Amino acid sequence: MKELEIMLEIKNLTKILSDKLILRGVSLKLNKGEILAVVGPNGAGKSTFFKCTVGLLQPSGGEIIVDGEIIKKKSAATRKKIGFLGHESFLYSTLTPLENLRFYGKLYKVKSIDSKANQLLKEVGLHLFKDVPIRSFSRGMLQRLSIARVMLADPEILMLDEPHTGLDQDAVSLLNMIIKEKKNIGTSVLLISHDFEQVQALADSVAVLKKGKIIDTAPLNADLNLEKMKDWYSRAVSEG
Amino acid sequence: MKEVSSLIDRILFYALVPSFFILLYLIFIWSPVEKVMGVTQKIFYFHVGSAWVAFLAFFVVGYYSVRNLIKPNMKHFIFAGASAEIGVLFTTITLITGMIWGRASWNTWWSWEPRLVTTLILWFIYVAYLFIRKMDGSWEKIAKLSSVFGIIGCLNVPIVFMAIRWWNSKLHPIVFGEGKGQSGGGIEPEMLITLLFSVFTISLLYVFLMRKGAEIERMRVIVRNQKNKLMNKLAS
Amino acid sequence: MKDILSDAITIAGKDLSNEFKTKQTIGTMVIFSALVILVFSFAFDPTNNTVKAVIPGLIWVITIFSGTLGLNRSFVSELENNCLTGLRSAPIDVTSIYLGKTLANFTLVTIVQTISIPVLFLLFNYRFTGSLLWFILIVLSGTFGFIVVGTFLSALAANAKNSEMLLPVLLLPLLSPLMIAAVQATTIVLVNEQISDAIGWLQLMTAYDLLFLGACFLLFEFIMEGS
Repeated sequence: MKELEIMLEIKNLTKILSDKLILRGVSLKLNKGEILAVVGPNGAGKSTFFKCTVGLLQPSGGEIIVDGEIIKKKSAATRKKIGFLGHESFLYSTLTPLENLRFYGKLYKVKSIDSKANQLLKEVGLHLFKDVPIRSFSRGMLQRLSIARVMLADPEILMLDEPHTGLDQDAVSLLNMIIKEKKNIGTSVLLISHDFEQVQALADSVAVLKKGKIIDTAPLNADLNLEKMKDWYSRAVSEG
Repeated sequence: MKEVSSLIDRILFYALVPSFFILLYLIFIWSPVEKVMGVTQKIFYFHVGSAWVAFLAFFVVGYYSVRNLIKPNMKHFIFAGASAEIGVLFTTITLITGMIWGRASWNTWWSWEPRLVTTLILWFIYVAYLFIRKMDGSWEKIAKLSSVFGIIGCLNVPIVFMAIRWWNSKLHPIVFGEGKGQSGGGIEPEMLITLLFSVFTISLLYVFLMRKGAEIERMRVIVRNQKNKLMNKLAS
Repeated sequence: MKDILSDAITIAGKDLSNEFKTKQTIGTMVIFSALVILVFSFAFDPTNNTVKAVIPGLIWVITIFSGTLGLNRSFVSELENNCLTGLRSAPIDVTSIYLGKTLANFTLVTIVQTISIPVLFLLFNYRFTGSLLWFILIVLSGTFGFIVVGTFLSALAANAKNSEMLLPVLLLPLLSPLMIAAVQATTIVLVNEQISDAIGWLQLMTAYDLLFLGACFLLFEFIMEGS
């Protein structure tokens, strides 16, 4: 890595929902071109954490700094830098893949939408189906299309909420390839996952979120294999 | 803090009980019987008092809705709800007494008189507001949604009144202000005093009910929270 | 502001092109208004001359009944695949979602009206002799107010599981002043009275439209924030 430019910084993020403290002071740093995985047991607040970062929920306290700018409620410009891939596809089932991309492209103010959308559809292998309403698509195809939707705006930060669930082997390797490609051109990736295999394959470092707090972080390198990582995770969770 | 609040409750209660007896005395014994309408006119004191509280309660809902949107606050949310529930009660009383009045003076239960129709629409808005509060979801979300509706509803009430008045304003006796020429005629000083005292007493009742309602709701929240806590403990 | 408008047009365009492709909602709305007219023709004998008096009211009854069907779909359709979250995470101002939806719903309801009102006149054997320009103006401003409030409340009701049942209960009491004005103004135009009498009602409708457009515009982001 050339220089460590911080793309996303989260300082002491708290969120109270229904009088329950879901996030209690989450702090994270994400460098340019880094892939950071957030793992944790169910109910740890991972999704809430993501929603706050994307701006879908208003945090109760703390700061979110994207590319040196503090995110406020209405900062459309910073939201444009974030590509959010959620549990659901956010796609309109009556529209065709091309129409879906065109619609989101317009909202994200993408230039030369058509050529870009076509190119992306080729990349994710849906070019043949570009004029078929996506109602009939399988979960794998939908996920590929939502990846294309996220990539459309060339986000500087990718936020992926369990992107591997329900994908077959081909789709997983395609997704991993795209993520790595993006990483190489300097996109930062924040990844929530339960799938340790994929985390190990992709991430540069991993953070454990439990009960609304980051309890441990570790860099992932060659000598931390899957077994060791699982050990480390279960130790961290039971201690924290 | 708690002692002060229960002291206020007690003072309110001890003020309320004699006030009501005085009010009953004023209405039924002290104030003169109206010449045209006879004894039926007595219902007028209850009618005006509850109508005043019905509209007041609604603007209290509006006020707490605005406060809630600026900064979500459990207490304001509860106050708005309690006020709306009491509002439904007094709107209903207003409608019923208004209908009895209409039957006695114009020989029809429902006269499409502007103020009465406005009250009816107010009743519907109140009920719709309470429907929103019954939705499931976190209280912050419900607070936001119901506050938004409360504000819109509040904006609507004066427009409803104007529209209906414009549409049809023949029947209601205008008691104050516009002289003795109106159909309802003027008002005797004893009647005015009784009326004002009735408005005062019913407003006092409103404040008392509101405090009690809010307290019950608060207890409900505490019980619910404890229940959830216990369930979580048992589950883990 | 320019961005809000262009995003709103994008969203409205998406909704409308979607609708013109499937014609599901608009078809149901047209059929439903025809059915309402049919049922009313049983209730009021159309060959009776005095029935002309109910025509202005019928225009608004069919508009509201069929319009509510469309409004119900407006935000519920966004819940499939959680598209609404997609819109909210997009770099747009949330009020453009409201404006876009209002625009789309307004277009839909006006299209339905251009079919259903002539059908109403036809079946009730009514010969239109009033001023067409004023009639259109009154219908449009009444419909606009209806859609402004309706779209807003449809977004609010979409948070509930039983949104189809909730929406009419929320919407109708708020519409009452608008409907009084709309029906009165329409009556004046249809029975060919002095147009100047209708102007007061038209002003009331315009004031209602603008007031609620402003209020809904400001309050919309609070509805979207939740969950």
